[in-house]
Order: sequence, then structure tokens, then C-alpha cells
Amino acid sequence: MIERIVDFFGDERHALRRRRLFYLVLVLIVVADFLVSREHAEYLWERLPGWSAVYGFGSCVILIFVSKFLGHQGGLMRREDYYD
Amino acid sequence: MTDFVHPALLFILGAVPIPFLKETIRKAYLVLVPLLAFLAVLTMEPGTYGAATFIGQEILIAKVDRLSIVFATVFTIMALIGMIYALHLTRPGQHVAAFVYVGSALGVVFAGDYLTLYLFWEGMAFASAYLVFAQGGEKATGAAFRYLMVHVTGGVALLGGILLHGAATGSLLFGPMEGAIGVGAYLILAGFLLNAAVPPLNAWLTDAYPEATVTGAVFMSAFTTKTAVYVLARAFPGTELLVWLGAAMALYGVVYAVLENDCRRLLAYHIVSQVGYMVAGVGIGTEMAVNGATSHAFAHILYKALLFMGAGAVIYVTGRRKLTELGGLYRTMPLTVALYMVGAFAISAFPFFSGFVTKSMVVAAAGQDHRALVMLALTMASSGTFLHTGLKLPYYMFFGTDRKLEAREPPRNMLVAMGMAAALCIAIGIFPGPLYALLPYPVDFEPYTGAHVTESLGILMFTALGFVIFLRALDPENTISLDTDWFYRKGARGFMWLAEKPLARYEKAVSDVSETTVLPLLHGSARAGLRLDLNGVDGVVNGVARSILTGGGALRRLQTGVVTHYALAMIAGVIAAIVVFAVVWR
Repeated sequence: MIERIVDFFGDERHALRRRRLFYLVLVLIVVADFLVSREHAEYLWERLPGWSAVYGFGSCVILIFVSKFLGHQGGLMRREDYYD
Repeated sequence: MTDFVHPALLFILGAVPIPFLKETIRKAYLVLVPLLAFLAVLTMEPGTYGAATFIGQEILIAKVDRLSIVFATVFTIMALIGMIYALHLTRPGQHVAAFVYVGSALGVVFAGDYLTLYLFWEGMAFASAYLVFAQGGEKATGAAFRYLMVHVTGGVALLGGILLHGAATGSLLFGPMEGAIGVGAYLILAGFLLNAAVPPLNAWLTDAYPEATVTGAVFMSAFTTKTAVYVLARAFPGTELLVWLGAAMALYGVVYAVLENDCRRLLAYHIVSQVGYMVAGVGIGTEMAVNGATSHAFAHILYKALLFMGAGAVIYVTGRRKLTELGGLYRTMPLTVALYMVGAFAISAFPFFSGFVTKSMVVAAAGQDHRALVMLALTMASSGTFLHTGLKLPYYMFFGTDRKLEAREPPRNMLVAMGMAAALCIAIGIFPGPLYALLPYPVDFEPYTGAHVTESLGILMFTALGFVIFLRALDPENTISLDTDWFYRKGARGFMWLAEKPLARYEKAVSDVSETTVLPLLHGSARAGLRLDLNGVDGVVNGVARSILTGGGALRRLQTGVVTHYALAMIAGVIAAIVVFAVVWR
């Protein structure tokens, strides 16, 4: 069974079904986020349904591009023989 | 003393017979000792054991309370898993080092005074360095030396701090720092922060761990940083500085992980990131935050070891470690993929995995303590964690471009060890009760609320969306990243230049002067001396020389020329000196 699950995520044949499933999950999460109760919300953003989706996506994009900027323009990434 | 067996002793004394045992018996023994240690921790009663005085100082070999029991529990479980993962090794060296390493970590966790703590602290540094040396090769040896140098420096800072602190307060007992933090306490803090890999003192970790042996790195990922978290939680809870250092290091590790190409170095940067949560939790210092830091350390040890075991299995099978050279392994290593992914889901804090019930406690504690910024920073770091360990690393290692590598599943003992860690990651996630019951303070926290589950899933799955959209931007590149080890790696080169160029020239100039002016002068006086010598002193000298010659011959037979023999003799001498010192001076 494990092999079939792993294969589902790896094999090109399942690419379309994989993508559909992924988008379905995304939609379900946002819908669920509108439905859950939030009595303990302390901060402004905790009261906004869908906030976590926006923050997660934003964090991911910021992390990728800030890091790559530091790596390329900031000079953190060097050739592998840098210390040799 | 009958109701308390010190688990550190089990490991350290238990390491002695390992080289003398044969194949099958050794394997059984390697599993048995961690099991016994685990039982010893389970049956332990809180209290103080082994109180004594040493050169006028109160020492306390073992102080058992709830905090030390949590760490000792997970340390012994981890020792068992790590030993099983390493069972296929035929040479005993790494087993001995791992035993001493685990034993020393347990020694720190139970240390009741600073002297005991320091002794085991150094034991950890040396034993773990062996696990890097054992890899062999120029790169690993270099990294191991740097690792050792940094830890010895940190150890000196710690010892200096201990002495100053002891002189200031009059006691070497290990406990919460009270009152204003003085110079001594700051030095102790620096020594602790170094072992916790808090930037800018983090580079030793990401430098050395990826160079260690496949099995050694698994042990290293578990013990050094988590003992540091333990001592911080014991001595410095509620220190404001730690909150900000912790939040910063959570993001620091994530940023570097984007740039990394070496699979285990990427995971090492995520140790830095995850320990950030624990350091921040200790810094916040409320009961919930310390609970969060402790439980997160517990969960972290298991899932991080699992991730290192997964990456180690790939290195063991393929001999490759760079993401640019890996890919397409899911066909040949499906079990490894599945087990690795359990660790990835646990570190990313997916619901029903261990990170979910522990990491969120730290974040919630930050929220409860009205630290919105810390909370947002830690949440952003969670997104980055999933991005790298859950998506980037498995994608480029197991899926992605098929490099047509010849691969197979790793040996069964490796899979069993990974399976045990994976089972615990899931068990803790589904039934957090037993872990919560172990924590130092009563737990008033419910991880499974509707809002928390959807919020976590939202963060994680939309991180995945970002990954899918910007996949090409994340392609690994054939580079290394500069970290703070640049200062001592380049600095050492500057020092060598100084030694080879200006200093060598100066030395030559001095020897030139001595040859042209000083030497003739000496020759003259020597000739004068010779005349005096020939007449009177000769007889006496000849007699002495003869006796030295015979004595020297006898001594030469004692000299083996093997460095380890000299080292052993020195250690024996030091121990003898300490014994004499302790007995005579008491």
C-alpha cells in the first residue's frame, strides 16, 4: 500500500489527478476556515477567516525570494571550492 | 542510592566492553544498555543523589526533577533508536563514542552542580567530535577539528563563567540564575548559547553535522543542542534576550535552508530553526512556554533523527549527498520515502503528527504573553520548515528529475529504527496525553481545536501552493553558503599567512644576526671554557654521563612512540593527581 501511495505522488501518470486533489484540498481548507468557531481569538488576524492561507502563501514567497536575493546579490552563495 | 542508578554511568561504563564483544553478542548488548537506561529513568524518583564535597565545594552528581526526567526519557529512547540504526557497523569505535556521548548528555541533564555539568559537557564535545572524525577524508577531518576547536573555546568560556559565578555567589550548585546577571553568568550563558547553536554561534553545527558519518549524524542531531536547551531552561528561564534570539534563529535557519544544496546541511539548518522555538519558549519563561519548549525538544529529537536517518539512508545507498545529484529514488526506496515524510509532517506540525501538539504550545505561549511579533515570526518559520523539509528536500531527493541512480532500500536495522521513530512521531501527535503528563508544569492546552487545525492546514497547504508555483526558483544550485564560520576559516588562513610570511622572515633575520655576531662570540668563550673543562671538570662529568647513559637505555625501553600510550599515561597521571589532591587536601 505504501508503495502505491508513494507512486501516486511520484509518477507522471497521476499528475492531473494529483493537481485536482491538491486544489480541492486548498478549497476545502479555506471553506472550513470560514466555518470553525473562534471564541478565543485574541489578535485581529485570528478573527479573519482565510488569514492563515494568505499568511502561509505570503511567508513562502517572501522566504524564497528574500533568501535567494541574499544568496545571489548578498554574496552568501559561493562556488563549492571557495574554502579550498 | 539503591533506588537510583545513574543512566550516564550505564552508558559510560557500558562503553568499555563494546570492543571486546563478538558480532551477535555485541548487537544484543548495544540494544540492551539503552533499554536498561530507559528503565532506570522510568523508575527514577525525584530527589538528590550523590552529594559530596570536593576541594571544599559542594557537588551534587545527580539532581532528579520533572524537567530532567523529560529530557532523560527522550535521550534514552533516542539512544535506543540510534543504536539500532547503527547496528550494521562492524567496527566498534563509533559505538563506543556514541555511548560516551549519550552518557555525557545524560550526565549534564542530571548534573546538580556546575563542576559535574562541566565535566560531562566536555565529554560530550570530545565524544561527538569522534563521530565526525570517523568519517575520514580531508573534508570531514577539517570539519571535525573546527567543531572541536569551537566547542573547546565554548567550554573555556563556560568554565570561566562557572569560576566567576562561583566566586561571586559562593555556590556552584546548578539552578536558576537569581538576581542581576553578572559577568560570570553571561559567560555561562555564552557557553550554553554556543551549544544551542544560536547565531552567530551556530556555524559549528551546520559545518560539522553534514560531514559526520551516516549513523553519527543521527546521534549528533539529537543530543548537543537539546542538552543546551535543557540547561537554558534550568538556569535562564524568562531571560528576555532569549526570546528575540530564538525568534531570529527560527528564521535564520529557514533562510539558509533555501540556499542549501547538501541534504544533511539543509536539515542541520532546520535544527537551528527548530531550536529557535525552544530558545524563544525558554526566554518567554511562563509555565506554558517552558512546557512548550520542553515538549518541543522531546518531539524534535524524534522527528529530526528520523529525517537525518532518511537522508542518511539515501547517502548510505547512493553515496551522494547533493540535491543537484539526487532524484527519482521513490521507485526504489518507497519505504524510506514514506518514513522520511512522517518526519517531515511532524517537523512541519501537521495535525496528528508530533510537531502539531508541541510547536503550537510555544506559539500559543507567545500569544498568551502578548508577543504578537514573536508569534508571527514563529508562524512564518513554520511555513519555511514545511517548504524545505516537507517539499523541497523530498522533491529533489526522491522525486524530481530521475537521475537513474542504482538504489535499494537500506539495511533492515535502519528501516526498523526509522519505523520506531515514525511510530512515536504519530503516536505523540494523536495521543499527546502521556507526553503532556511528563512535562514540568501542569498542562492547560488543547491543540485540537477547529480553528487551530484549519489555521495550521491553511498555513501549510498554501505554502505548498507557493512551492508549486515557484518551483523553478527553488531549484538547488551547486554552491555552498557563507555562514559565520567564514570568520574563523578565513581568519585561520590569515593567521597561517602571518606565521608563514612576516613571522618566518623575522625568525630568519634573528637567526642571521645570531650566526654572524653572536656565534663567533660564543665560539670564543667556548674555547676558553674547554681549557678549564679539560683539566678539572671532566672527571666528574664523565662519571655522570655514564650513569645517564645506562639510565637512558632503560627509559628507552619504556618509550613506545605511540601517541595514545602517552595520552593514556597522561590521563592516568591526571587522575592520580586528582585523587591525591582530593584525599590529601580534604
